[in-house]
Amino acid sequence: MTTLNINGHDHSVDVPSDTPLLWVIREHLQMTGTKFGCGAGLCGACTVHLNGEAVRSCQTAVSQASGKKITTIEGLDPKGEHPLQRAWIAEQVPQCGYCQSGQIMQAASLLAKNSDPTKEEIVAHMDGNLCRCMTYARIQRAILRAAADMRGV
Amino acid sequence: MTKHQKIDSLPSLDRRSFIIGTAATGLVFGYVALPEIKDALAAPAANFEPTVWYAIGNDGKVTVTVGKADMGQHIASTMAQLVAEELEASWKDMAIALASNDPKYNDPILGAAVTGGSWSTGMNFDAMCRAGAAGRITLIKAAAEMLGVPESELYARDSHVHHAKSKKSLSYAQIVAGGKANKAWTADELKAIKLKTPDQYTKIGQSLRQLDIPAKTNGTAKYGIDAFVPDMLYGKLALPPVRFGATVKSVDDSEAKKVPGFVKAVVVEDKTATTSGWVVAVANTYEGAKKAAAALKIDWDRGKYDNVSDQSIIDESRRLQKEGKEGFLFVKDGDSAAAMQKAAKVIDAEYLTSINIHCPLEPMNALALEKDGMWHIYTGNQFFTRTTIIGSVVAGTDPKNIALHQHFLGGGFGRRLESDMVVPAIAAAKAVGKPVKLIYAREDDMQMDFTRPLTYQKVKVGLDADGKAIAMEHDVIGAWPTAKWGIPAFLTPAVDRQRVGDTYEGLHDSFTVNGADYWYTIPNHTVRNYENKLAQGATPSGQLRSVAPAWTFWAVESTMDEIAHANGQDPVEMRLKMLDGAGANAGGDKPQNVGGAKRLANALRAAVGRSGYGAIKLGPNEGMGVACVSSQERASPTWTACVAHVKVDPKTGEVTLKKVTVAMDVGTIVNPDGVRAQIEGSIFWGASLAMLEKGSIKNGGIEQRNFDSYTPMRMSQIPEIDVSIIGNGEPAVGCGEPAVTVIAPAVGNAIFNAVGARVRSLPITAEQVKAAMKT
Repeated sequence: MTTLNINGHDHSVDVPSDTPLLWVIREHLQMTGTKFGCGAGLCGACTVHLNGEAVRSCQTAVSQASGKKITTIEGLDPKGEHPLQRAWIAEQVPQCGYCQSGQIMQAASLLAKNSDPTKEEIVAHMDGNLCRCMTYARIQRAILRAAADMRGV
Repeated sequence: MTKHQKIDSLPSLDRRSFIIGTAATGLVFGYVALPEIKDALAAPAANFEPTVWYAIGNDGKVTVTVGKADMGQHIASTMAQLVAEELEASWKDMAIALASNDPKYNDPILGAAVTGGSWSTGMNFDAMCRAGAAGRITLIKAAAEMLGVPESELYARDSHVHHAKSKKSLSYAQIVAGGKANKAWTADELKAIKLKTPDQYTKIGQSLRQLDIPAKTNGTAKYGIDAFVPDMLYGKLALPPVRFGATVKSVDDSEAKKVPGFVKAVVVEDKTATTSGWVVAVANTYEGAKKAAAALKIDWDRGKYDNVSDQSIIDESRRLQKEGKEGFLFVKDGDSAAAMQKAAKVIDAEYLTSINIHCPLEPMNALALEKDGMWHIYTGNQFFTRTTIIGSVVAGTDPKNIALHQHFLGGGFGRRLESDMVVPAIAAAKAVGKPVKLIYAREDDMQMDFTRPLTYQKVKVGLDADGKAIAMEHDVIGAWPTAKWGIPAFLTPAVDRQRVGDTYEGLHDSFTVNGADYWYTIPNHTVRNYENKLAQGATPSGQLRSVAPAWTFWAVESTMDEIAHANGQDPVEMRLKMLDGAGANAGGDKPQNVGGAKRLANALRAAVGRSGYGAIKLGPNEGMGVACVSSQERASPTWTACVAHVKVDPKTGEVTLKKVTVAMDVGTIVNPDGVRAQIEGSIFWGASLAMLEKGSIKNGGIEQRNFDSYTPMRMSQIPEIDVSIIGNGEPAVGCGEPAVTVIAPAVGNAIFNAVGARVRSLPITAEQVKAAMKT
């Protein structure tokens, strides 16, 4: 049995220790906001936070996640009103929406450390997250909007 | 041009391919209630249902049931916006539900459940407006009864019916709860409704917030991959090395049996020939199924296509073109052969495009279960009509026993027009007698993509002594994705042939050649469409966002620049002269192409003006290139023009796309921000296909397997963009695809203007540019 702390709640799961965290979150625990895209750490759709750091859950074994604070899109904000989520709606970012949980989680780890990122810093931080609908221009705008919101300007 | 034939019958099985059998005419599906699952969306409370398209509950909530697949184009929200316009409902009261495969939700024009072609808004505009108006009329009538006043004194606004004289009003919720609004409208009654004129619109033309977006920011939006049912198992594919034609000789599961939770290896029997040689490893977890699939030892007969490569496909296309016998005439204006004889100068060139892989970020998947004789399939799909038939064949049941439960599509781009994902899911569920959720690994998804076909085009233009184009011959050769569907109604008779009943006689796949029937006035013009049967067999292909215009305009618009440069004209000035609207190019033979070539000329002027073309000073090795297109079809053109601004490194041939300016005339703009979002995405798509995405076939297999070798555009690679949307009140046309088609030729033309290198093969690579600079 492995105990995982996800969004503040403990979950016990009976899986081999090398099981990717992604499948435990998505399929065993049925928290489907975290998405499967490539299984190889190339697209970012499965991004979650481990102790606040953005990681690819498809490349993270449950054994690496146990004992750490795991945050998924469902737990980013209790009401789904994190500044990034509000900005994503204001800028009408998602198209198909499939990558957007990962995009938002990736962006949240940036803004947690830097609430005034430059466009270059945003691009450098977000470049590992693919959006096949290519909503990139709106993602950039939404991150800048959320950052301004967090700074209270 | 492509003519739309209503699909009045469904395909039946005929060995390898499906053809419409007259016996299948009138086949009706039963509508089934959802079994108890965590479904994508709740079923609407049907208290007042004026038409099949929506219901209003006692709480006043208006739930629009959308027969179109929502893959990010926000088509569900667009349908709701059209209904709300005539219904006079508040936007906050609108909700969306995704339709099942019940044929009552079929497209009113196409007569099938299919989403593609940038058709949805144009083809459903009228039906949704009429449905909305019908509800409003009934609600006003009911309110008149409830208030005891004449209908003529009432008006509807913001989900209320108001009586101005008495200042009384009733909400839609109150009226529906009152039970007097219960009329179901007939087709004839709907047809007789007088709709608003555009000056009366209060919602069409507004950037109302897309109804599907909030759920896509908090993880609650449900895609096919998110479906669960009790006691379900998981399936993972084990695939042959070739794209098509393999058969399983033997499966050794001795190692797989050591994987905890392994249930069975299922060889997929597929009489529909959608798949070949596929095996599913079934286990109680996905990670277990994945381990088991990798542990299977499978011996395949690789079949007859295992030597096929890009080069062998190109060789076959060249052979067909040279032989010149098997082409279907798509355009025949004047006598191009005779005119070519008189030409003072001839431009003769080959254009190529590589295969391209859809790779939507949600890999293909389906969950299949059988319950009480019904098969329930949970997935996201663009073509329910065909998927129902294919599912029924694999399940071995009547199509009426197949219930498809639609979900949001984690990207479509044409990939989910295919039905392959239901085949292994049903086969596995049938073999193990339990529900199976089958998820393609990314590698499976890429390896078995129904790719954009590799295309070969030969273009020949004759110029007179003044440099004017007097003849053009254009041959387009590749696999025919739509022909593979087995529905003759989707194919088009050659211009010198007639449709013969439900047969393939004289028909060709015009979806592979649309765009070659452009709006320029060139007096003698011949276009022939060829099927490359080697490619058709070896590389089952599909529609990839924007389909043929993405390759036909690559050739046509590059050629236009070649003509301009050959006679020393400015490419913009020359295009404007040739877009004179003469004869058939005046347009108006179809409602959506009214205005014809002159609207394209206007879009070109708009893009050119916005870009600063010819006016701003460019740096060294920089160039601007133009292109303008009438994608997707001549009957439903979206007039789109582009100026691309590039910088080329003369040492390496590397191209930087600095800025893209696009102007698009969409007739009527339903949701300006939604249109803009589609154009933004399709500009980047066009640039990605033009410069970054290359698929290839070797030894019968697709070589790219993940995002390390197949590389769609990332954030660091996007160019600056400038988008202008032209809305002039003409009938609405699609906006989700056309901009894809205008980028590559504009980039190619810009490269020529920057460094004098003409590239004729997509994607454009630095090596290619460098090589072209030397010649």
